[in-house]
Amino acid sequence: METMVAKYVSQKISKTRWRPVPASSLQQPDVFAAGSWDNEENKVSLWSIGDFGAIHMEEEYLADPKLLCDIRHKGDVMDLQFLDQERIVTASSTGRVTIFRHHQGNQTLSEKQKWEHAHRLCECVKWPRSSTAPGVVCNNPEIVSVGEDGRINLFRADSKEIVRTSISTIHAVIFLRTTEILTVNSIGQLKMWDLRQQGNDPTHIFSMANERVPLHCLDRHPSQQHVVATGGQDGMLCIWDVRQSRTPISLLTAHDAEMWEVHFHPSKPDHLFTCSEDGSLWHWDASTEVMERPSFLLGGRGNVSLSRSAVGQSFSQSLMTAWLNSDPTKGHLEINDLLPSSTLSVNSLDVLGEYLVCGTDAESIYVLKRPLA
Amino acid sequence: MEELDEQPAEAVIPGLGRCGTHIGFDWGPREFLLYETRYPPSDKAHLETSGQLSFLRNDEDLFSPVLRKLFNESHGIFVGLQKSEEEATSRTRKADLVRVSKNYRSVLQACMQEMHKVASSTRDKFQSEKYSEQLSILSAMELCWNLCEILFIEAATAGSLLVLLLDWIRFHSSEIDNIAEEVLQSESPLQHERFWDLITAYVLQARMDEARQLLAKEAAVTTSTRSMCRVLDDLLKKMPTFGSQTLTEFELKWQHWREECERHLQCGTFSSSPQMETICKVLLGAEDTLLEKKDLMGTWYHFLVSQLLYTHPTVTLAEIHSYAQSCLDIFSPGDSSSEPLDNVLLAAFELDIHQVIKEFSIVTNNWWFVAHLTDLLDHCQLFQSHNLYFGSNMREHLLLEYASGLFSHHSLWQLGVDYFDHCPELGRVYLELHMERIPLSTEKKALKALRICEQRQMTEQVRSICKTMAMQAMRNRRLGSALSWSIRAKDAGFATLISDRFLKDYCERGRFSDLDLIDNLGPAMLLSDRLTFLGKYREFHKMYNDQQFEEAARLLLSLMTARIAPCTFWLTLLLDALPLLEQQQVIFSAEQTYQLMSCLEERTAAKLEPIQSEESRKSQDSSIENTKVEMLRLALARNLSRAIVKEGTVQV
Repeated sequence: METMVAKYVSQKISKTRWRPVPASSLQQPDVFAAGSWDNEENKVSLWSIGDFGAIHMEEEYLADPKLLCDIRHKGDVMDLQFLDQERIVTASSTGRVTIFRHHQGNQTLSEKQKWEHAHRLCECVKWPRSSTAPGVVCNNPEIVSVGEDGRINLFRADSKEIVRTSISTIHAVIFLRTTEILTVNSIGQLKMWDLRQQGNDPTHIFSMANERVPLHCLDRHPSQQHVVATGGQDGMLCIWDVRQSRTPISLLTAHDAEMWEVHFHPSKPDHLFTCSEDGSLWHWDASTEVMERPSFLLGGRGNVSLSRSAVGQSFSQSLMTAWLNSDPTKGHLEINDLLPSSTLSVNSLDVLGEYLVCGTDAESIYVLKRPLA
Repeated sequence: MEELDEQPAEAVIPGLGRCGTHIGFDWGPREFLLYETRYPPSDKAHLETSGQLSFLRNDEDLFSPVLRKLFNESHGIFVGLQKSEEEATSRTRKADLVRVSKNYRSVLQACMQEMHKVASSTRDKFQSEKYSEQLSILSAMELCWNLCEILFIEAATAGSLLVLLLDWIRFHSSEIDNIAEEVLQSESPLQHERFWDLITAYVLQARMDEARQLLAKEAAVTTSTRSMCRVLDDLLKKMPTFGSQTLTEFELKWQHWREECERHLQCGTFSSSPQMETICKVLLGAEDTLLEKKDLMGTWYHFLVSQLLYTHPTVTLAEIHSYAQSCLDIFSPGDSSSEPLDNVLLAAFELDIHQVIKEFSIVTNNWWFVAHLTDLLDHCQLFQSHNLYFGSNMREHLLLEYASGLFSHHSLWQLGVDYFDHCPELGRVYLELHMERIPLSTEKKALKALRICEQRQMTEQVRSICKTMAMQAMRNRRLGSALSWSIRAKDAGFATLISDRFLKDYCERGRFSDLDLIDNLGPAMLLSDRLTFLGKYREFHKMYNDQQFEEAARLLLSLMTARIAPCTFWLTLLLDALPLLEQQQVIFSAEQTYQLMSCLEERTAAKLEPIQSEESRKSQDSSIENTKVEMLRLALARNLSRAIVKEGTVQV
């Protein structure tokens, strides 16, 4: 059973992100950041779901999110990302990229660094989070931002360097590796760029045949970096294999309206989450498929006395292909709607450990515990 | 002229109304624009004014962060209610509606709590006054809503009506809790001067268990009154409450119990304890005793319910209004100026829904309460749909007003959409007019607005949004983005315009921008002729770069012969043919070369006339052009000769 709390926050939420937890600890995330949009005065705010002092014996207890601090943000918060435990980088609709610092001692936020007019309108910022150890502090982080103006900017410390331009609107960006990034744009293309190469051309372009449905979001598989999921205007979920094919491996009909975000679960990558303009938040579960496949492999080998390691091997093999093989016709993919019926857009979601947080246009933030169960 | 329902309020605007000036105004969607103006005695000169503009708005509440939660949360309930309508079965209908009503109330209560928290934490005196004013309005809303729920939605029958009214009273009078706290926390509660007040207050609300507990304390300590206490306790215990039994059964029991009370009073059982005697009189519903204890009740409606409890426990909906009016009169005699809240409650007791709505519209300065309550009551089929003179019924009118208010807010506009959707008559028109006026600051906002319009097949608004975005992109010199927007809107005219810009850019700079888009136009290319040409022309360049010369040549020629290319562009196309003509192998056949030649002639013929008129200015231009044409003619002639030779050779 999942448990859920909703909090009305008097501002439309455009982004929600968990603060990363140290990889070594088994700690669950307890602080998230939220950004607002379309308000007269937009804000970046930090919320805590950990409750101080009181120890609750019931497992299912979920505390109401509590506001830690907030700070004015010029323009709509288009994207928001934690650099480390203390620093948050935001992209603004005024084209500005800002780094905020969270002072945990007195619970305040302050502006640490900013790049004015990085874009005409900044859509998205990312930094290369290492896939195996989320939350590792980068000493000299490279931040990439993309904008409505089609530019890709790369920032290092405090010098600004414009890397590339491509003219059609870029909606989202992720790091594939530390030197390679992937972008999606409004004519339905997925592009791969190598930051080391000069020039204005992407190294690869992927697109759907004869389709130019704008793509809005993308995420890559946390352990298999060639598996990438994207979502677009028609609410369709596409899974791509960027090693091989120029076209998506599978197309899954999903939401009724724009898909705003897609996320693999960072430690259980057989689970995928998507949210959409139509007000739904979906959980895609491919793990059932994984469970079935080994038995098939076992049968195929006809070996009754399989050693333990062999079973483990077949497990990991099937894990590799869980998403690439997920064929909707096989019906192995389980989909759950996680939110009670609502009509207003779910703009953002983030999932970490046992918790999921999402923000909506109904000015509410939902925190879900154990969304996988 | 219609009669006014209330005296219009006066507002003082700082900076306006100076001596010798006038005030000009203009209507906005939800606000007034006021400015200073002066009419000179003779209409010659413009007189100087302060040049200050003031906005006056009536719905400040929209901008309160606490109330925004109310708007958002109730939006969800509203939408749920409209949906449930479709799948309703009449059996569970009433229970469903009561549940919805309770949901609305719990949202209100949460909002009150929040407001209370905010009000007590602020130090600003002005702010805190404002908060407590809003708080009092909210609690009035909750009080009224609860009463309406009992009277209209539950439509409680005799017996259960009073049970519900008692709950209502208990929930909304906090006075008793204050007394209880005061008494029970004192060192010796029994000696406290308000000890008996507390018991009486409990009895007035029929909270017998609590009253008896206190009584037991008294009995345990004071031996002299122990027997009296026991009798009173017995009476309190035995008081019949309406539950599962039939109405006649209940009435019989009630009559019996009442007679017993009366007997005790007449026998003077309690004569040595005036307090207990008073309680006994209360149990008999003696009006003057109840009036004596009016401080314990505080409000006339508490008095009404307490009196009914001990005189007419089986009161029905139809009877209650006559009691209500007289209770109000007795409770505050000589006070003719009634509070607005009293009027609302009185109207509710009279079961006059329209009056309730009207009174409340006057009291509050936002439409939330009346719109949602009316909608809920409308779902109970309580309104005879009598149309108002402005073309919609009351429910729709109030929803429209409320939603328009939301649309005037920079952020809450998205909520308004669903309200308009559920207004069958004018909702669509309102939505169309409002959607056109949403400021589109970012692409994401535009996408959201677009989705709203597309879902409702509002083609005109879709076009308008796309056009706005395309124009913005154009102004920022982002032709690709502009083109995508006009393709999305299927706006052929604008697509032509942008294609022309692309071609112009190409002529000036010799290369295309936004290749991504142009290369991937697909079927969208057919939107306008010019766009088709742009796509095909780019295709020609690609073929040429890929060294597919023959296909390139065929395409180039067909662009002109099929009249896809605009006339002004023909020379450029012909010049593009030049390198193909000069290739080592023959690419254009003789037939094709003839066609090219006729194209060239046609073009020069068409060009001649306008040139003559502006000859002087264009003389230099035309000399360059003439050289180009000469070069072309030469190349064409040479190619023709080569082609004839080659074709002749092949045939042999």
